[in-house]
Amino acid sequence: METENNTQHAIETRDLSIYYGAFEAVTDVNLTIEKQKITAIIGPSGCGKSTLIRAFNRMNDFVPTSHVNGEILLHGINLYSKEIDPVEVRRRIGMVFQKPNPFPKSIYENIAWGARINGYKGNMDELVEQSLRAAALWDEVKDKLKESAYALSGGQQQRLCIARTIAIQPEIILMDEPASALDPISTLRIEELMQELKQNYTIIIVTHNMQQAARVSDFTAMMMLHGESRSGTVIEYDKTDIIFTRPNDKRTEDYVTGRFG
Amino acid sequence: MTKFSYPSKDDLQRFVDARYRTGWVWQVIFLSALLIAIFSLSALVFDVVDGAFGYVAYEFKKDPYSITDKDLDDLNKEELISLLQENLSRGAYNKLNEEMVMERRSEGELYNLVIERIVQVKTLKTFTLFDSIFKKEEVEAKVAADYPEARLEFRSWLTPAFLTSPMSSRAEFAGVRTALLGTLWLVTIAISFAMPVGVGAAVYLQEYASKKSLVFKIIQTNINNLAGVPSIVYGMLGLAIFVRAMEAFTSGAIFGVTDSNGRTVLSAGLTMGILVLPLVIINAQEAIKAVPDSIRQAAYGVGATRWQTVWSHVLPNALPGILTGSILAMSRAVGETAPLIIVGASTFITVDPSSPFTKFTALPIQIYQWTSRAQPEFHRIAAAAIMVLLGLLLTLNATAIFLRNRFQRRY
Repeated sequence: METENNTQHAIETRDLSIYYGAFEAVTDVNLTIEKQKITAIIGPSGCGKSTLIRAFNRMNDFVPTSHVNGEILLHGINLYSKEIDPVEVRRRIGMVFQKPNPFPKSIYENIAWGARINGYKGNMDELVEQSLRAAALWDEVKDKLKESAYALSGGQQQRLCIARTIAIQPEIILMDEPASALDPISTLRIEELMQELKQNYTIIIVTHNMQQAARVSDFTAMMMLHGESRSGTVIEYDKTDIIFTRPNDKRTEDYVTGRFG
Repeated sequence: MTKFSYPSKDDLQRFVDARYRTGWVWQVIFLSALLIAIFSLSALVFDVVDGAFGYVAYEFKKDPYSITDKDLDDLNKEELISLLQENLSRGAYNKLNEEMVMERRSEGELYNLVIERIVQVKTLKTFTLFDSIFKKEEVEAKVAADYPEARLEFRSWLTPAFLTSPMSSRAEFAGVRTALLGTLWLVTIAISFAMPVGVGAAVYLQEYASKKSLVFKIIQTNINNLAGVPSIVYGMLGLAIFVRAMEAFTSGAIFGVTDSNGRTVLSAGLTMGILVLPLVIINAQEAIKAVPDSIRQAAYGVGATRWQTVWSHVLPNALPGILTGSILAMSRAVGETAPLIIVGASTFITVDPSSPFTKFTALPIQIYQWTSRAQPEFHRIAAAAIMVLLGLLLTLNATAIFLRNRFQRRY
């Protein structure tokens, strides 16, 4: 994939529809995600937020019946065109999942494994330290790198998963409700971390927590079930302060003020 | 209040009592089921132990003290050889010497020869452990009446010598050495075939095949059915394929072994391998299924290929389950008899199996053969052999539990 400069766009969708078999889960999404910004995707349960974010790094490929219409463009290249290898897509677009899912290995190995399989040739100790520092976890774990990742608390495990993603140096980090299984303090640390990370990375986050979206994101996409087919689509997409203060769509206003959903 | 009605205050106590009563009845039923199971197993163990120990009435053709003034057990090799020389006819001694030079035989072997050829122990009657303990007087009276010349001695038929002696036509000297080695060869060959093939098939079915496809469903159903096919059918298969069709391979002919036919330990081992293959596949599939999807997603999320995910995460995490399943499959192979009879296990063999291309016997075959003999002393050594077999099975199952506990991971 060649790089196309002079653009503020990290990734772009064009008339994107996602199907599970005959069921259309997401319809006609046109989003342009800005570089080095945090974009939140909000909306009621079951409206296709996770399906949409998983389409960005082709994780939906593992659902046997799923398929996609339209395009997702990274540097102007469609991620779903035939010659694109999904493995390379996932290396460039990392993902942090809803439940912390470290590998049942040591803390060190959790980070080193992803780097190693992607052909990292440099100093592994340095990469591990750098990634853990970037995920604000280094001070807590530097003395127990050989211990199991399962010995960490839920919040630490989730930061380890972020460190693991950073280690493979992606351009974009997808986060699927990364704090929903965590307590408020751990959530706050993840949010602070996201602010740090956006210096270098583009972040797309799905969240159920309206305050979280308002606190951390620069842009917000509001999704909702739509039309006869009851499939999800983006009904409004704008700067976060506009979405939360003076949205265009009545449904967005009802949702963000808590009168709906 | 007519639509939703519950028992009134007075009825409530009776209603609750009735519920407790029902629960109590079921508890009694479950407990009796458990007791029946425990009773059956105890009866089995009792029967085996009862046969393996007990009084033996025997007599000598020649009293040991008439040929030497020491205890036979205390004699060394040279003394045993000279005993044989003195008491056997020249022709008989030379024949034995031709079979194997006396000096090269072990002390135990020479001792057995002295007992077998000179002293000539004859077992007259054997008694069960139960009779030996609780009806001792009766046993003694009966032996004194029926065999006035006989000696009565308490004997354990399960001895270290029983484990290390080869097969013999005399129950007193017979052992399970060849059968035990045959079983170990068999199980080793079976599992070396079934484990790689079975785990490979399980990985393909779980991680690669599309579970919605018709082909997958047909294959899956058939594997489950194959696990329940009677073992004798596998024996027929082994006979047709390994013993007959692949004789050149299983007899070792293509490796330059000439004195063999297809009825080798290799044929039997491969037959057993096929027999346990469905078990290994099903167990490995369950173990792979138990690896949480979140770990696979994590691996794919950092850009791993399917193979890297399987190799680095799925297989290591499924390993304890795979090993446990494979060892349980081994226990199944250890106990199977029917297919071995069909593929042609030898029932009398005194030579240790030394390569995959040798004739063999196995513990269950030996037990089967001994129990079908008329002489009661063979039933005694059959009981002892069953104890050896049960010991082997217990060891295998204990290993499975140990491995499971040792490598079990939490997610």
